[in-house]
Amino acid sequence: MSTTTTAVLVPLLPFLGALAGLLTGRRAPGFVRPLAVLPTLAAAVLAAVVAWRQGGGDALDAATRLTPTGSVPIDLALHLDGFAVLVALLVGVVATCVQLYSTAYLRDDPRYPSYAALVSLFTAAMLLVVYSGDLMVLLVGWEIMGICSYFLVGHYWETEAARTASLKAFLVTKLGDVPFLIGILALAADAGTFRINGILTAVTSGGIDHPTLIALLLLAGVAGKSAQFPLHTWLPDAMAGPTPVSALIHAATMVAAGVYFVARLLPLFAASTAALVVLAVMAAVTMVGSGLAALAQDDIKRVLAYSTVGQLGYMTGALAVGDRSAAVFHLVSHGAFKALLFLGAGVIIHAAGTNSLAAMARTGGLAKRIPDAYWTMTVALLALAAIPPFSGFFSKEAVLGAAEHAASGDAEGIPGAAGWLVLTAGLLTALLTAAYATRLWLMAFRGTGPGAADHGKQPAAMNTVLWILFVPTLALGLAAWKLPDWFDGGSLTPTLTTSVLSTGCALAGASVMYAAWRRTAALAARTPLGAVAADPDAAPYVSEEESIATHEAAYGDIAAAPDPADPGRTLLGPLHRHAAAGFHLDAVYSALFVRPTRAAARLARFLDREVVETYVRSAGTAPRLLGEAVRRAQTGNVQTYLSALFAGAVVLAVAAVLVANGA
Amino acid sequence: MHLVYPAVLAALLFCTGLYGVLARRNAILVLMSVELMLNAVNLNLVAFDVWLRDELHAGQALTLFTIAIAAAEIGIGLAIVLQVHRNRGTADVDRLRDLRDDAPDAGSDTERADREEKAEAAA
Amino acid sequence: MTGAMTTLAASTAPHGFLSPTGVEIVFLLVGLATLGAAVVTVTTKQLVHAALWLVVALGGLAVEYLLLTAEFIAWVQVLIYVGSVVVLLLFGLMLTKAPIGRSPDADSGNRWAALGVAAAAAAALVWVVVDAFRTTWIGLDGDAPQGTTKVSGEILFRHWVLPFEALSVLLLAALVGAIVLSRKRDKEGER
Repeated sequence: MSTTTTAVLVPLLPFLGALAGLLTGRRAPGFVRPLAVLPTLAAAVLAAVVAWRQGGGDALDAATRLTPTGSVPIDLALHLDGFAVLVALLVGVVATCVQLYSTAYLRDDPRYPSYAALVSLFTAAMLLVVYSGDLMVLLVGWEIMGICSYFLVGHYWETEAARTASLKAFLVTKLGDVPFLIGILALAADAGTFRINGILTAVTSGGIDHPTLIALLLLAGVAGKSAQFPLHTWLPDAMAGPTPVSALIHAATMVAAGVYFVARLLPLFAASTAALVVLAVMAAVTMVGSGLAALAQDDIKRVLAYSTVGQLGYMTGALAVGDRSAAVFHLVSHGAFKALLFLGAGVIIHAAGTNSLAAMARTGGLAKRIPDAYWTMTVALLALAAIPPFSGFFSKEAVLGAAEHAASGDAEGIPGAAGWLVLTAGLLTALLTAAYATRLWLMAFRGTGPGAADHGKQPAAMNTVLWILFVPTLALGLAAWKLPDWFDGGSLTPTLTTSVLSTGCALAGASVMYAAWRRTAALAARTPLGAVAADPDAAPYVSEEESIATHEAAYGDIAAAPDPADPGRTLLGPLHRHAAAGFHLDAVYSALFVRPTRAAARLARFLDREVVETYVRSAGTAPRLLGEAVRRAQTGNVQTYLSALFAGAVVLAVAAVLVANGA
Repeated sequence: MHLVYPAVLAALLFCTGLYGVLARRNAILVLMSVELMLNAVNLNLVAFDVWLRDELHAGQALTLFTIAIAAAEIGIGLAIVLQVHRNRGTADVDRLRDLRDDAPDAGSDTERADREEKAEAAA
Repeated sequence: MTGAMTTLAASTAPHGFLSPTGVEIVFLLVGLATLGAAVVTVTTKQLVHAALWLVVALGGLAVEYLLLTAEFIAWVQVLIYVGSVVVLLLFGLMLTKAPIGRSPDADSGNRWAALGVAAAAAAALVWVVVDAFRTTWIGLDGDAPQGTTKVSGEILFRHWVLPFEALSVLLLAALVGAIVLSRKRDKEGER
């Protein structure tokens, strides 16, 4: 089998699996689990084969044109370079892990067949995006991911939070996708092709007439998909979906699609200084803001969600300083350890019976009850906080190194300001990241109080997956010396200055948080708080669904909890209130967009009901009155009818004669 | 002979028959009036046939056919009238008013309200 | 009406209206009688009398046919109309229990509208007919006989055979139809 055929099979297998799952899900429940896991596993293996064969050599291109279009041709094109094959491998591995995890996590869920099929479909779409060499084909995968995300966020649609979150996720990403589509069309109109290779050639030869405009339009879509400021608001809310979905879609893969897209088209963005500066500002604001917000969240998954937003900010920051190798390196390592964090969080939520950190801080012995999750998550949190020698350290160092490189003016065509901005924000975020990672770890695993309800041993499938993902979390950093062969060739190894700086920041953040925790932890025993939903016999997802549904009722807010023992509250001080609400961005959007839209809808409704309908009604009334007048003529007397008929005939005949005689 | 004489006579006979059809109450009298109208047409046919000296004598042939058809018609018509009389006890044309459109009563008002509600729901 | 026509026609036609031939005089008189009988038929309040006046009108028409040299049709008219149709009508009247003597409600409420329509139609028709055929002359005394039984038979069975046979089918259908319609249904569900 040629490499191209293998690569085609990679997105195709999960797609067929999804189709088969949807078709047979109800009738043959026994096939659902194999149909969910095996195609994804096969795709992961094939992706590994493709990566092995490609081996970091020259990019492989294959294209077939299905049908001629009017002007700009659309090809089913594959473009396999080092970036594509590695990201595809990540997607395959994480998707397999998630499918495996879901078999246990959603064990008794009646909607599991459709869930598994949608995850498979999502995997296929993501692989299509990764491998595609044509923007239109990429867009197809892009939108399928969007709709899958919508369905999967709304998986617990019985709960209000999940319903609104799914709608919000869909609408906000679509808000970015509209300019994105326009940008793609403008780009294709300028370059004369949808093929990425052709576009990049056009960029190098200066064939793009409006690089800044196109780049900004595309950035809107990227910001929506990759949850960058100001379109990031959907991602924390999307945590109302099942944990495996959060791990796959909203941490490891789909949100990385925007970053990957920019990485593919980086020369286009680099052609516009304005776009790079916008990207840098976007990344800086996202990083710092999400770090602060993560400190104030109470829901463990929302902490991780804001953390994801921040890490994606690192990636866009790397892109803003023109180093896509660093961005994709961080994408891959982050994908691995963030998937692990989310899946571990699923285990914690099940074991603790709550998703609230405040409640976990009042539960003792959680770490002993779930040792697998404890150890793997500890390492993953260290990786997130970029503590050497874990993978997160190396990839983050690559980003910061690139930023430092740009800041010192060594990078060609990259504004130094962007470099400084990314570097400063990156260091600040390193501090914040370490702080909230420490907070999460302390509150989840170092809680004091009565032990949690015994949920028995965690399912083997879930624990296995954690250890599988543990391997890249631990060791992917070593790839920093090998990856440049696969990527653009620039060095990804840490530099001394940034390493010392960022590790210092991280250690500082962790120590400050630890100190704060030491002071506040004692308060926990004095202020009872928290609602625990213990379902020892039910499938793990039940605890999560219940705690999502009850969080607002129990703590007064979907995101925060009034917990005086929270070290994050102590550290943030008056800022806590705003950080917990995501700096009120939702309120701003509500005032700017939602309310005017609602008002316009009310106006339209009023106009339709009261004004337009009046015309319609009167248009109906007039014929009705006329009809009531005419029906009086219907006497039923044949002779009357005949009289009228003959009278008419006479009149007509006379008229005809007169006309014929010219009178 | 002037053609005007038979032609005018035919026209007047026809209109007399027409009056009878429209004004008579008894169905059999209506049938008689129809006969008058048919005969007026026959007279026209004969007169024009004689005037035109038609080789095929189409006028006379048609007259014969009309007479035959009129005989058939009167037979069927009488049968129908008898049937009506047997079923309804009357052969008065102006009492057979089953095709009348009844005045709108209370029932149709609620029906209309129902329909409007449905339209609201559909909108 | 006639006066107006005479003044109009006198100056133009070789055959003036002021010097009618004998046939014309007879035609006119019989025509007046026919018309009168027809008018009485549609206005009389005694239903049986209406049928009898109809006999007069139809008989008058038969005479008119004779005057127009359509001899065969005249006899057919007498035979079929006077002999059978009127008899049928009389039977009909009796079977529907029509009142003997004056019935006050012989005319429906529609009579004034009917009168208006009929008068308008008459005016229109007469006006058109007179306007069109004011000077047309029928030569009745030509060499070839127009409507003898021989002539009628020849044309009927030489040129009009097929319609004639079709007509017989129609009559049969009418016969069957009339029987079916007027049959009494003694028991429910017999048919």
